[in-house]
Amino acid sequence: MQDVLARLEAMRAGAWLGGGQKRIDAQHARGKLTARERIELFLDEGSFEEWDMFVEHRCIDFGMEKQKIPGDGVVTGHGTVNGRPVFVFSQDFTVFGGSLSMAHAEKICKVMDQAIKVGAPVIGLNDSGGARIQEGVASLAGYADVFLRNVLASGRVPQISLIMGPCAGGAVYSPAMTDFIFMVRDTSYMFVTGPDVLKTVTHEVVTAEELGGAQTHSTKSGVSDLAFDNDVEALLQLRRFIDFLPLSAREPAPVRTCTDPVNRYDYSLDTLVPPNPNKPYDMKELILKVVDEGDFFEIKPDHAKNIITGFGRMNGSTVGFVANQPMVLAGCLDIDSSVKAARFVRFCDCFNIPIVTFVDVPGFLPGTAQEYNGIIKHGAKLLFAYSEATVPKVTVITRKAYGGAYDVMSSKHLRGDVNFAWPSAEIAVMGPKGAVEIIFRGDAGDPAKLEARAEEYRQKFANPFVAGSRGYIDDVIYPFGTRKRVCRALAMLRNKMVQNPPKKHDNIPL
Amino acid sequence: MFSKILIANRGEIACRIIKTARRMDIKSVAVYSEADATALHVEIADERVLIGPPPSGQSYLLADKIVEACQRTGAEAVHPGYGFLSERGAFCEALKAAGVVFIGPDPHAMAAMGDKIESKKLAAAAGVSTVPGYLGVIADDEEAVKIAREVGYPVMIKASAGGGGKGMRVAYNDSQVRDGFRSATNEARSSFADDRVFIEKFIEQPRHIEIQVMADGHGNCVYLGERECSIQRRHQKVIEEAPSPFIDAKTRKAMGEQAVALAKAVGYKSAGTVEFIVDANRRFYFLEMNTRLQVEHPVTELVTGLDLVELMIKVAAGEKLPFTQDDVQLRGWAVEARIYAEDPLRNFLPSIGRITRYRPPIEDQHTRVDTGVYEGGEISMYYDPMIAKLCSRGPDRATAIDHMRHALDAFQIRGVGHNISFLAAVMNKQRFLDGNLTTNFIAEEFPEGFQGVMPDEDTLDRLKAVVAFVHNRIAERNRTISGQMPGYQPRPQNFWMVRFGGINTPVFVGDNAGAIEVRVGGQVYALATAWTIRDTLWTGTVDGRMMGVQIDVLADGYRLYHAGADLKLQVMTPRSAELADLMPVRQVPDMSKFLLSPMPGLLVGLAVETGQEVKAGQELCAVEAMKMENILRAEQDGKIGKIHVERGASLAVDQIILEFD
Repeated sequence: MQDVLARLEAMRAGAWLGGGQKRIDAQHARGKLTARERIELFLDEGSFEEWDMFVEHRCIDFGMEKQKIPGDGVVTGHGTVNGRPVFVFSQDFTVFGGSLSMAHAEKICKVMDQAIKVGAPVIGLNDSGGARIQEGVASLAGYADVFLRNVLASGRVPQISLIMGPCAGGAVYSPAMTDFIFMVRDTSYMFVTGPDVLKTVTHEVVTAEELGGAQTHSTKSGVSDLAFDNDVEALLQLRRFIDFLPLSAREPAPVRTCTDPVNRYDYSLDTLVPPNPNKPYDMKELILKVVDEGDFFEIKPDHAKNIITGFGRMNGSTVGFVANQPMVLAGCLDIDSSVKAARFVRFCDCFNIPIVTFVDVPGFLPGTAQEYNGIIKHGAKLLFAYSEATVPKVTVITRKAYGGAYDVMSSKHLRGDVNFAWPSAEIAVMGPKGAVEIIFRGDAGDPAKLEARAEEYRQKFANPFVAGSRGYIDDVIYPFGTRKRVCRALAMLRNKMVQNPPKKHDNIPL
Repeated sequence: MFSKILIANRGEIACRIIKTARRMDIKSVAVYSEADATALHVEIADERVLIGPPPSGQSYLLADKIVEACQRTGAEAVHPGYGFLSERGAFCEALKAAGVVFIGPDPHAMAAMGDKIESKKLAAAAGVSTVPGYLGVIADDEEAVKIAREVGYPVMIKASAGGGGKGMRVAYNDSQVRDGFRSATNEARSSFADDRVFIEKFIEQPRHIEIQVMADGHGNCVYLGERECSIQRRHQKVIEEAPSPFIDAKTRKAMGEQAVALAKAVGYKSAGTVEFIVDANRRFYFLEMNTRLQVEHPVTELVTGLDLVELMIKVAAGEKLPFTQDDVQLRGWAVEARIYAEDPLRNFLPSIGRITRYRPPIEDQHTRVDTGVYEGGEISMYYDPMIAKLCSRGPDRATAIDHMRHALDAFQIRGVGHNISFLAAVMNKQRFLDGNLTTNFIAEEFPEGFQGVMPDEDTLDRLKAVVAFVHNRIAERNRTISGQMPGYQPRPQNFWMVRFGGINTPVFVGDNAGAIEVRVGGQVYALATAWTIRDTLWTGTVDGRMMGVQIDVLADGYRLYHAGADLKLQVMTPRSAELADLMPVRQVPDMSKFLLSPMPGLLVGLAVETGQEVKAGQELCAVEAMKMENILRAEQDGKIGKIHVERGASLAVDQIILEFD
């Protein structure tokens, strides 16, 4: 017995040391924490239950049989965040560079399988040099096993990837299929083919950071949902983020004590929309003044900024916000913003998170760049996502709701549950000037006449009442009371139950 | 008495006049420009008249429009406030011709005091002490030197029509007089289209102290004590107080009587202010007379208990002053701080935009707020950037200053830059507390400009106690989330590290049943507060000291504002802090040398060229996106280097437009 205990302690000590103190120091010197330090920061203190500490690889080629480290380069298990269970795997760069062996993959698959069974989120902390080349196809099989589980878990439990080191080649496709990807600036990168290959194949010269760093992916490509300055900030923010999410698709969005009264009026919102329809304003101010305690967790804040997506709470319960941003490209829909919002709407719908949409949209962005790159199909994604969503949907039109974009933005016609308009709302096929130039083409040479027509059009359509007369909006509300009215709508919708017709799955225009 | 008056002004002063009118049962009419359609003074007035486009030259300065508005609304009198038309004789005449009463002095008195040279001659004739100097027209620089020698160095050369520091030069010797004469003349010509200058003795260590007078049309004139306005930045008053910490009863009486003598000499009616410059030996010299209500009049109201606007209206309606000089008593002390929309850290650059949060301190017996804006309002580029006047009152100077500090701590403004931190910094200067003021106070106390405030050790520890308490409450609340594992028992977490300036301070928070004790390092602080998580202002006591701390919750910490300090603090578990210490300090790439396009769009305007010197705030170019034009401005002074794109180019987001050298 004493023997076994001594052996256990020795193995634990070995596992705890990972690749050894030298490698740990090297990891720290790179500005990175170790796999275990990361878990420690992320989970409630003392809550981590580690699994498979004794797992080792089974490779016997290239001398690998002589190099075995307990845990084999990934720390797995479960713990709690503010008392709620989560499963976690954290790749250990100090052990074989965090490379993925069959055993390493099996450990990841084990926590994923269990997470799906019990209904709890899976959080991956990625820091891996890639496939364990010594294992050959076994390593590739390991990747595929993880990919498959990502797909099977999708829509059942939230999956979040935090990229905290290299993630290249096929390895990128596991995070790619999770719900959210967060990255750490300067120390992480993601790409399918790296700078060296690029240089030989296409003669492009680019650094790893430029090609796939956090900056690139959180602004240009939109692959990353958020970028953080360092490991500590990333993990503490991940804790904050987890608090917004339900544990699984079987559970409602979480609720916590709220100190902000639901009937709080904010009169400054009455002047948010400027009198001049061509003047921008910051839609984020509306979100921050409507949510509980001004606490808003924005997703993709630096990508496709013409639409805002993120989580907040209304009376303590999580709500997903989608809002056009008039400050950027007048808030129009384009390829990037449609895809960004569509994916966000689908996440909310998967996980029972009600969607609140603030609309000020002048239409779709025109241009060859948009058409050639398929705005037709990409724009349709957002339309599709809103249409199929069965969670409570509350919409507030603050100003422009023009053309097809009006339909797209959670309109009544797409099963919007409660659709409000501010008095400043203009719901029409297009703006007055453009409209009269088409309707009264004959008057093209007469600016005075056109202006009179435009004024007539403005009187008729640049208001919420035509839509109101048809029941397309349920009420015109005062801006100052937006929080109260949206909270009430969400309370009324709490037990909403709608099911889409049975089918294997839909065919969203990917 | 009038039944309806029109206020030919905007902002806080219009609101303040409307309030008094309302109390006197007089209906008020506001006038406004297109930029002010939703302004506060328009909202609170009984009637409102649009008088033109935003620039004041096309609206608030148009006498005809005001007269027309009076006729349309049947207003019997006009209160001009300060600035705009308040000291224009022609405006008074126009009103008179239309049968409307001007609430202010008669045009002849206004004209007599309007010219700096004329007014000095009048003052001297009325027995008012004036600065030694020569008021005649000076022919050339040689004559200037001769006069300067007679007056005695140092001397000041001043534009006759001047104001705001333009056309002013100080000279300590002959050659400086020659240079100064030439440049002052040139500046006067270009600024005022009037190149007359005069020379007077330059007073060193001067204090700006002014006497409030009030006269009726029946020969009665009283003085209502003095105001000290020495705290000025570039000749713009920033902090005023009544009484002056420097003036004794004898000097006050002498100054007051001279001011009254001057007012009587010009047949003055209504409220007026006689400005004096006072030297280190309490010798005072007449500077000028302002024939209007002053911005800083509230401090006089607070120490005399009078409503000057009410008196002005009564006098204009032909009533006699309801009291005599013997009835005037000064009680206690009052201080006023002007809240401007400007960025004190960036050389007081004016700030414009939407006021997303505006929560002035609560008005009570110690605190008065004269406000012209509201939360959700706009600071426009067209007018004076003053947001509000904050006044405090106490039985003595120290108490009044103390109330002012608390009021500044509680004053919440977001969306536009403001000078509250700077005002708080002045309030905390020992020299200010000592009352050792001169008009050079700001230049001497802030020789490098304003660099922000670092609180003393004790205050910093108290702030750490507050932020740890706040974090502890938030962490506790966050553990109320639904869906917890059965049997989950949160570990009591009340030991935190407060991270600030690269230092971890261990803080233990004891928050039990109303008794809050926070140990910061070795010191225990007892906290008492009614703060809840949604409050952006923490108020309470920290070991008996009343404190107001504004707290903005950031994603990764807290931003605290207190006593002029603006600090970012983080609170973490000790283990997190230990690991955070391992994190490298990020090198943020320096993009300040580049102007980047903030959005994809079209470069529709380019206002600069290579090699041009630009000032902070100057327009560089305009980018149009989705039919909206966005002006990009220089963030700091600099010289334009390479320009990377041409007018008409389409821009990607973050594309480099130009470089600075």
